[in-house]
Amino acid sequence: MVADVESAALMRRSSQRLAAARDVARRLLSDPYTVAGLSIYVVFIVVALFADVLATHDPTEILFRANGRVAANRPLGEGFILGTTNLGRDIYSQLVYGSRSALMVGLTAAVFVVAIGTLTGLLSGYFGGFVDAAIMRLADIALAIPFLPFVIVLAAFLRPSTWNVVIAVALLLWPNTARVIRSQVLTVRERAYVEAARVTGASEARILFVHVAPNILPLSFLYGSIAIGWAILTEAAVSFVGFGDPSRISWGFMLQDAFVSQALSRGSWHWFLPPGFCIVLVVVAGFFLSRGAEEVLFPKLRS
Amino acid sequence: MAFVGRRLLHSIFVLWAVATILFLMFRLMPGNPLAAYISEALSAEQQNLIMQQFGLDRPLWEQYVIYFGNLVQGELGTSFHRREPVLSIVLSVLPNTIILTFCGLFIAYAFGILAGAYLAWHRGTWIEGVVVPIALATRAAPEFWLGMILLAVFAFWLGWFPSGGANSAGAMYAGELDRIFSRDFLLHLTLPALTIALYLQGLPLLLMRSTMIEAMHEEFVTMARMKGLSEWRIVIHHAARNSLLPVLTAFALAIGPNISANVVVETVFSWPGLGRLLVQAVSTSDYPLAQGAFFLIALVVIVMNLVADLLYGFLDPRVSHGR
Repeated sequence: MVADVESAALMRRSSQRLAAARDVARRLLSDPYTVAGLSIYVVFIVVALFADVLATHDPTEILFRANGRVAANRPLGEGFILGTTNLGRDIYSQLVYGSRSALMVGLTAAVFVVAIGTLTGLLSGYFGGFVDAAIMRLADIALAIPFLPFVIVLAAFLRPSTWNVVIAVALLLWPNTARVIRSQVLTVRERAYVEAARVTGASEARILFVHVAPNILPLSFLYGSIAIGWAILTEAAVSFVGFGDPSRISWGFMLQDAFVSQALSRGSWHWFLPPGFCIVLVVVAGFFLSRGAEEVLFPKLRS
Repeated sequence: MAFVGRRLLHSIFVLWAVATILFLMFRLMPGNPLAAYISEALSAEQQNLIMQQFGLDRPLWEQYVIYFGNLVQGELGTSFHRREPVLSIVLSVLPNTIILTFCGLFIAYAFGILAGAYLAWHRGTWIEGVVVPIALATRAAPEFWLGMILLAVFAFWLGWFPSGGANSAGAMYAGELDRIFSRDFLLHLTLPALTIALYLQGLPLLLMRSTMIEAMHEEFVTMARMKGLSEWRIVIHHAARNSLLPVLTAFALAIGPNISANVVVETVFSWPGLGRLLVQAVSTSDYPLAQGAFFLIALVVIVMNLVADLLYGFLDPRVSHGR
C-alpha cells in the first residue's frame, strides 16, 4: 500500500519531469553559447569517428616526394593540406587522428570525475557527520597536491600511457564536483518529498538514489563538461613535457614534436598553430556548454 | 586568533598528508625501493652513508619515521646527477619561480581589473561581444601553447626578446639582487611572465566585470548618483572599490595552482625554476631531486593557500570564522 502510493507519486513526478525536460531542452537550444558548444562537440565527434576516411595519409608514415626524397617540412598545400613535419609526416592527418585521443581522454576522465565526485558529494551531504568530515578532509588533501607535478610524476613512474593521465586527473579533480554536489544535497535533503519518502519508510539507499540523486544529476553533467576540457588540457601538458603515451598521436604530442623539432625558430606556423586551435575549440565548447546550461538550469548559481 | 590557529593546524595536517603520499609514491614505483635514493653511480661508501641516513635497510614504518625526521630538518638527500644536497639545489631555483609567478599574476590582475571595470561601464556595446569570448578562449588555451606563440613571434620572428633561460650565458653578478634587477634578467623574464598573464587575465576580467555590474545596481551607487557625483568618481570610488574583494580573493587563490602550473611555462622558456627542475629530475630518474622539488612546490602551494585564507578572513569581516 505504502509502496503503491510512493510509486504513483514517482510516476506523476516522472511525467512532470519529462515535460520539464522538454522545456529545458527548448530553452537550452535557444541559448547561443549552448548551441555553439554543442555544434563544436558534434563536429569533433564526427571527425573522431570517421578519422580513417577523413585523413589523407597514415599519420605516422614517413612520406616521400616524387623524386624519392623525404617530404620533410613541406609548406601548406602541395599535396599535403597542412604540410608535413620535419620527418615527413602529414600534419593534417595527425590532427584528424588527434581528435580521437582527445575525445577518449576527455570523455573517460569526465566519466570518472563525475562518478567519484557525485558519489562522494552525495554521501557527504546526505549522511553528514563523520562521513562528511572524512570525505571533505580527503578533498582538501587532493586539492593541495600540486596538480601537474603529480600527473607528471605518476605518468613517469607507471609507464607513460593515456590511462595514467586519466587516473591522475580523476584522483585530483573530483573534489570540485564533490563540494558543489554536497552543498546541493544539503538543500535537497530538506525538501518535503524527501521527508515524505522517509515517513513512508523508504530505506536510506532508496531515498538517496531515487529521490535525491536525480535532482543533482544536471549539476554533475555540468561539472562533467568542464572536466572534459581539463582532461584534454592536462593530457596536452603532460605530452608536452615528454611523458605522454608514445604510441598514440594526440594534439599535445604534436605540439611537443613541433617544439623539440625547432618548428618555432623555423617559423612552421602550419605545424604548431592547428593543434592548439583544436584544443582551444574543444575546451571552449565545454565552457560554453556549461555556461549555457548554468543559465538555464541553475539561474541562481550565476551570482 | 582561534581562526588563525585552526587554519594553521589544518595546513599542517594537509602538509603531513601530502608528504605521506609523496613517501608512498616514491616507494611504490617499479623496481628496487632503494632506487629512490641510491644510484648505481655512487661509490660504495656514499651508498652506505645514504642507507644509514634514510634507514633504507629498515622496515617501512621505520623508514617513514626517519623520512619525517629528515624532512623536518630539511634533509632531502643528495641529487644523483649533481652530487649536491637536494635542498641547496631547490632553494637556489626557488626565487626564479616565485618571481615569475608573481610577475605574471600581477600583470594579469592589473590588466583584468582595469579591462573588467571598463567593460562593466560599457555594457552591451560591441566591445563586450568581442572581448568576452576572447577572454574565455585564452582560458581554454594550453598555457604552453600560448608561450610557444609568444616565443615564435617575439623571440624568433621579431627578435625582441631572448628565447630562453633567465640570464645570458656567462653573465656574472655581485649578488642575487643585482642579478634580479639586471636588464638582462628582466628581458628574459618578459615573455614567460606575459604568457602567464595572457593565460590568467580572463578570470579577473570576467569576475571584475560581473561584480561591477552588480555593484552598479546597489543602493550606494544610486545614492552617489543622486548626490550628483561624476560618473568617473562613482565608478572608481564606489563601484570599483566594492568589487575588488572577490577579485583579490581570486588572486590569492590563484598563486598556489599557478606555481604548480609553472611546470610547462618554465619548460617552454627553459626558465630555471622549480617546475623545470622537476621535469628534468623525473626524466633523468634523479629521484631525490624529483622528490625534493615536488615537496617544495607542495609546501609553497599550501603556504600560499593559508595566506589566501587568512587574508580573505581579514579583508572581509563578513566571512564567518567559525565553521
